Amino acid sequence: MNTVTKSAPIPPSRQREKPGQALKWIGTNMKRVEDPRLLTGQGRYIDDVDLPNMLHAAVLRSPHAHARIKSIDVSAAAALPGVVKVLTGADIAASTNALPCFANPPVEQRCVAVGRVRHVGEPVVVAVAESRYVAEDALDRVVIEFEELPVVVDPEKAIQSSGDAVLHPERGATNIAIQRHFAFGPVEQDFANAAKIIRRRLCWPRSGAQPLETVGAVAEYESGSGKFTVHINSSMYNYVGWTMALSLGVPAHKLNIVPVLAGGSFGSKLFVHKVGVLTAALARICGRPVKYIEDRIDNIMACDNHGSDRIYDAELALDADNRMIGLRCKVIDDYGAYFQFGIGHHGNALSQIVGPYKIRSVDLSITAVFTNKCQQGAYRGFGSEVSNFVIERLADAAVDELGVDPAEFRRKNFIQPEDFPYKIPTGNLYDSGNYGAVLDEALRMLDYQGWRKKQAEYRKQGRYIGIGVATCQERSVFSATEFWMLNEEAGFALTSSPEGVSIKVDPLGKVVVSLNAPFWGNSPETMATMILAEQLKIDPSDISVVYSDTDHGLAGTGPGGSRYTVMVAGAVVGAAGMIKEKLFRVAGHMLEASPGDLEMRDGKVGVKGAPGLEKTIAEIAMHAHFFRLSMPDDPTLTSGIDAAYTYDHPLTTLPSDDRSDLGIFYPIMGHMCHMPVVEVDPGTGQVKFLDYVAVHDCGTMVNPMTLAGHVRGGTAQGIGTALYEQYYYDDSGQLLTASYADYLIPTLFEVPANVRVGHVETPSPFTEYGIKGGGEGGRMGAPPAICSAIEDALRPLGVKVDALPITPRKLRTLIREAQTRAA
Amino acid sequence: MVKQIVTVTVNGARHQREIEPRMLLSDFIRHELSLTGTHVGCEHGVCGTCTVLVDGVATRSCLCLAVQADGLSVETVESLGKIGALHPLQQAFWEKHGLQCGFCTPGMLMCLAELLRTNPNPDREAIVEAIGGNLCRCTGYQNIIAAAEYAVELLSARKEAA
Repeated sequence: MNTVTKSAPIPPSRQREKPGQALKWIGTNMKRVEDPRLLTGQGRYIDDVDLPNMLHAAVLRSPHAHARIKSIDVSAAAALPGVVKVLTGADIAASTNALPCFANPPVEQRCVAVGRVRHVGEPVVVAVAESRYVAEDALDRVVIEFEELPVVVDPEKAIQSSGDAVLHPERGATNIAIQRHFAFGPVEQDFANAAKIIRRRLCWPRSGAQPLETVGAVAEYESGSGKFTVHINSSMYNYVGWTMALSLGVPAHKLNIVPVLAGGSFGSKLFVHKVGVLTAALARICGRPVKYIEDRIDNIMACDNHGSDRIYDAELALDADNRMIGLRCKVIDDYGAYFQFGIGHHGNALSQIVGPYKIRSVDLSITAVFTNKCQQGAYRGFGSEVSNFVIERLADAAVDELGVDPAEFRRKNFIQPEDFPYKIPTGNLYDSGNYGAVLDEALRMLDYQGWRKKQAEYRKQGRYIGIGVATCQERSVFSATEFWMLNEEAGFALTSSPEGVSIKVDPLGKVVVSLNAPFWGNSPETMATMILAEQLKIDPSDISVVYSDTDHGLAGTGPGGSRYTVMVAGAVVGAAGMIKEKLFRVAGHMLEASPGDLEMRDGKVGVKGAPGLEKTIAEIAMHAHFFRLSMPDDPTLTSGIDAAYTYDHPLTTLPSDDRSDLGIFYPIMGHMCHMPVVEVDPGTGQVKFLDYVAVHDCGTMVNPMTLAGHVRGGTAQGIGTALYEQYYYDDSGQLLTASYADYLIPTLFEVPANVRVGHVETPSPFTEYGIKGGGEGGRMGAPPAICSAIEDALRPLGVKVDALPITPRKLRTLIREAQTRAA
Repeated sequence: MVKQIVTVTVNGARHQREIEPRMLLSDFIRHELSLTGTHVGCEHGVCGTCTVLVDGVATRSCLCLAVQADGLSVETVESLGKIGALHPLQQAFWEKHGLQCGFCTPGMLMCLAELLRTNPNPDREAIVEAIGGNLCRCTGYQNIIAAAEYAVELLSARKEAA
């Protein structure tokens, strides 16, 4: 492993396409190229894959939160007509290895539990049958004897667990998964010298992505070649898909992973190896193709993608001039029963833990615990949405205690435009920003002063109107160091997170782009099309986009951490450069001109300064593909026009050995200001939106319309997190919100009629065209903004919001308590 | 399980199949007829993703058995428009960015198709009422409502032109 002991210098920018050029496609609201087939029912999602002779699997799930499996009797199930196999965890384990795990030391997880279940919903038996109906019938006939074990639900109690309450005794006699302390900058000094210390205990609830499509796979196994083909709605298949081959006990070239469209992910389908490995294992055992699609309850209980679940004791040190100087947090994070990503979520949070503020010291103690719940995965924000909530709640607490204006208090503490690139205490770099401009735009769009006047008038009428302010970071373009840098021992210390594309110009001059990551509700085809049309000066309708499987794919990390548009832009610019070079070489020969004198112009290659002296791309392509002997006899000039290019992370460095500096790992820094206006009904605890402004700075915008779509959709999810959603486990570890009837996803009645989206563009100096990521922002800004608005509305009562979701019942309780205190 | 013969007219074509009486209409449409435009989101009747029209009425096909549709007429998203000749609703969803992952979209479109048939000039309230029971996890709904409003404009412009 290469490590450095001192803070590495900031690498030079590798930006090729500068921001601010006159552009034809980038920056326009081009309609998405993905949409016509989706709108006509012609999208191909995982359950639409149908192979000849295909079997169907269903999974029997643990009814207990924690139990030993004493015995399983599948005989009655296996005897049912139409049933092909009924398999226990031990049966599956006979031909598979443990699932991939990024934690170090790893935690063993099996696609079907062996010997012990650790959360409600964990797979125990799988039935394979001629139809899904029969497979589910079979599960009803399985007899299992469990021996219940002590159940751990409360993360604070998990710290003290012993004996049979320890979930993974092979890892030590404790449910503490990992405990680390990090200090960056003069923390002790800053807290000792602070004029004021703001303290809050804050609870962030376990919620989840809940895409409307669940996870599924269709697998086949050819015994002749020993090769698997797995169709799956997984995202990182060209990045870490090979780890599925390890679980299946085959070399990676014996596993071809074929992507399909995903019906939403929001992070939850990054890494869905349990479903892929299980389905492939079943195909090998049964000798026939097998389909397994989670039903909704499977997905809610055991999808392995529940979001962060944290309790923070947080402190903010202020100097005598009300400037934030130090941040100290103790966090307990309830990771559930397994540990697939380790504490990568906290690595993520450390990329922007100080928010947009000039805080010079940070102290963070992390205690990650195991409990009898579904394990955490990825959900829009990957842990940084929680640190946004924490720093903004502290900022609001300071505002409250100091009696200052929430907008101006934040402005005073902003990192200023001239400070960039700005290294925060943890070592991560903020590439660029103009936070004051974003705040000003939000204040202007909202008519902040106007709302303050209205608020005062309403208050006289006994109405509780609140204006929320949150100024948050949206780190984008992750570098892989966040996955391991907080471990005691790094483990697999990967540092690559590339994105490749390949481009082919066909003999008739049209272009095919192959992506190495799937569609999951973002706009990868539209992004690649717009950027390539810009690069080659061709019409978007002359481009088609396809998705490579792993047999044909290049390195591709895929969407996640708001990285895809930036990364695919880098890859397209690189590959298009190679295409242009080839077009110029062939055209130069055809036009008897030097390639250096040529330019792309509207579907043609022409001689600069000589209008009309040109060849169409179609003419050049036909020449390049079929008339080799009409070109110079130069072995470096080959037939065809194609290119493959892999773009690496544009700006990343290693952490220091002692982790006093985490290096640059999430530097392409977006920013947002959310300002909701709410009315709280103190009699019912209902929160109603009267207005909502969200201004985002994601650098150069490729497509403002789709970016605004992400902002609004993310804001709706943030509203769900703030007000309604929770995976709620009772004391016995039963999940009480395991259906859409109980887990409350916002409908259109719960979201504002009009989230007014504004944009500021501060281009990145490090990415192509200055693009920054913008896929997660809404959910990363809405929760603190809504809390801020609710507290502002109820300021006359002194209500403090420290725990989400603030359901009407909880808010009513807080109001009642405040009224009791006042009386 | 004893099978039963059902005859269902789907998107104008008559289909006869011998099926188990417990087969859901959603599975019948998707797996018996290979019309995969109808998506299944929650399979317990909350999300509205699987909505189709049964004799013109918006119906959650995951809460309905195929045998219940015996002799009836079913319309799915495939009945609306084709690529190159989109239905005004589809055109409006495209132009107004009313979809992201596209999974809930067929259900939204079918609810709105029912609405426009009975009320060609719905106001915002009527639109909200029509799709208020459908979940979308991507868009925050705003562009879906805007698309529905725009579809009303497209439809009336089309009528004037005709």
